[in-house]
Amino acid sequence: MTVDFAKFPDEHGHFGPYGGIFAPETLMAALEQLNQEYQSLKNDPAFLNELNDDLRDYVGRPTPLYYAKRWSESLGGAKIYLKREDLNHTGAHKVNNTIGQALLAKRLGKTRIIAETGAGQHGVASATVAARLGLECVVYMGADDVVRQAPNVARMKMLGATVVAVESGTRTLKDALNEAMRDWVTNVDNTFYIIGTAAGPHPYPAMVRDFQAIIGREAREQILEKEGKLPDALVACVGGGSNAIGLFHEFLPDEGVAIYGVEAAGHGIETGEHAAPLCAGKPGVLHGNRTYLMQDEHGQIVGTHSISAGLDYPGVGPEHAWLKDIGRANYVAINDEEALQGFRDLTKYEGIIPALESSHAIAYATKLAPTMSADQIIIVNLSGRGDKDMNTIAQIEGFEF
Amino acid sequence: MSRIQKTLSALKAQGKTALVPYVTAGDPRPNATVALMHKLVEKGADMIELGVPFSDPMADGPVIQKAVERALEHNVSLDDVLEYVRAFREKDNETPIILMGYLNPIEAEGYEAFASAASSVGVDGVLTVDMPPEESMGYFEALNQVGLDRIFLVSPTTPESRLAAVNQKGSGFVYYVSLKGVTGSNELDAADVARQIERLQDKMDMPMGIGFGIRNGENAYQMAQLGDAVIVGSALVSLIEANAHCDLYEIELALGEKMTEFRAAIDRADALNVQE
Ligand SMILES: Cc1ncc(COP(=O)(O)O)c(C=O)c1O
Repeated sequence: MTVDFAKFPDEHGHFGPYGGIFAPETLMAALEQLNQEYQSLKNDPAFLNELNDDLRDYVGRPTPLYYAKRWSESLGGAKIYLKREDLNHTGAHKVNNTIGQALLAKRLGKTRIIAETGAGQHGVASATVAARLGLECVVYMGADDVVRQAPNVARMKMLGATVVAVESGTRTLKDALNEAMRDWVTNVDNTFYIIGTAAGPHPYPAMVRDFQAIIGREAREQILEKEGKLPDALVACVGGGSNAIGLFHEFLPDEGVAIYGVEAAGHGIETGEHAAPLCAGKPGVLHGNRTYLMQDEHGQIVGTHSISAGLDYPGVGPEHAWLKDIGRANYVAINDEEALQGFRDLTKYEGIIPALESSHAIAYATKLAPTMSADQIIIVNLSGRGDKDMNTIAQIEGFEF
Repeated sequence: MSRIQKTLSALKAQGKTALVPYVTAGDPRPNATVALMHKLVEKGADMIELGVPFSDPMADGPVIQKAVERALEHNVSLDDVLEYVRAFREKDNETPIILMGYLNPIEAEGYEAFASAASSVGVDGVLTVDMPPEESMGYFEALNQVGLDRIFLVSPTTPESRLAAVNQKGSGFVYYVSLKGVTGSNELDAADVARQIERLQDKMDMPMGIGFGIRNGENAYQMAQLGDAVIVGSALVSLIEANAHCDLYEIELALGEKMTEFRAAIDRADALNVQE
């Protein structure tokens, strides 16, 4: 393959046929301004220094690359390394992006931050950077997610954010995104919209990817140092796709590295109750970009299901849509039950409680590792920690929380 | 000349401003739409904007969101909307119809298939909220091929640099969004709209419609003095909501009354112009 991955997206935000800017007119100027500012800052040494200082001293980077020996041995096959994004401040990879976007918000002189959130990790990360910069913060969250991710709602409130429960549509992440867009259309003059995943209109997919790409840059260096060679496979869960593209991006030119993005199969792809647009959807336009979507034959977006709020989204970032079509990455799906087993396995063998989102990646690695040999290496992106999921787990496992 | 262009230039020649009501197709139920469209015309509509229901109406406020949800409860699809237009045309071959909606249902149908189906049932123009002129990729060409007008929104935030593309790719009229916000907001500032319309007028070779936030006769009176068409949506749709479970007759009555208020206000503004 001779694709120059660094050249994507093009200047209009296209990854092949995907991406672009499909936004209401009121936002076009703001998106253009954001793009210009971002393009001029992304190679600006002063900006990058500030960003790197924050990532080191505030977020706690670099995160470790941990060899999960006991778990690997239990599976019998490849060595599995975990990229420990769960050890970031606030407990997930989301903060890598919010730190970056908050710096941009500051440069643009915005006084108010809005965000959408599913699992609440992006909401917490946004509330955190807003608190640190003294900005007002409003987080939109589907009403169903407010219930199942209660600990994160409490954290956001603690941090001074206003959490708005969105009752429209399917009461999950996509509706939170709609509501955040409506807020932005209305308050575009003073408000910066921090999108939490590698989706939305250009420049968001590229910008979020760039902020998350530190995951893969670190992982590549770390694995070369520990093993003296590149990994054979990468595995990451895919909601909107930010932790996945963050890990994958640095490795895209390395043809020998197989790439697996893991979507949520919910109750099973065959039931239609899932959140796996790359595995079972088709291309369309939603939330400002063209990508794979879960939709009916009339182009209406259909309701999704996943045990993990962060994966419960009918779309996916446009770069993943493109990587699928050109065959550079494989997209697979893990159902609720399998994810729960992954959650239990990692907790039991390694003393690490993963987020339910990340548990999808864990579960896929348990399938993949035994098909590989002991001298092969898998890196799994452990995108977040599972504290936020204790309500869901307690209900399923039948203990008091 | 398209039906939209003819209608607007005929009104202009008489010194009149067009009244353009919006309703969501299939709201509150599928069999109401054609009757409501005829009622709107009877009560003074010069053109009709028909909303195509979409599951994720990102640029709409709560009133139209709920209208869309009511329509989607009946699974109203783009095909159904075209069928309503066909039925409407059995009795009305004059009033221009503009479809307003989001891109994905049209993508699902295919640009060319949609364009030819829409023009064959008697649609006159299409406004696709999340399809800016920059992303055309064959869409506007497909509409143009079959003579459908391409209506674009211009907002208070639209920079000068983008007006040329709107002017070049658009046709029929330009829809000026009179406030920063979603449909149904109520922050209308007439002085600001006046300034903006002035800024736009000599850059556009098309008539200017003004919409968003026009809720009563007073608003309509002010806007009619500034634009060539006044577009009213949420104010009407909220009446459909209030009467959603009533007989069609009651809905018609409520809409008719509100339309009369808008029509009278616009006519008053137009009379003012004639005196000048
Ligand atoms: C821990 C964790 N992992 C993954 C995701 C999914 O998002 P993305 O696909 O953008 O990484 C979320 C989203 O909330 C999350 O909280």
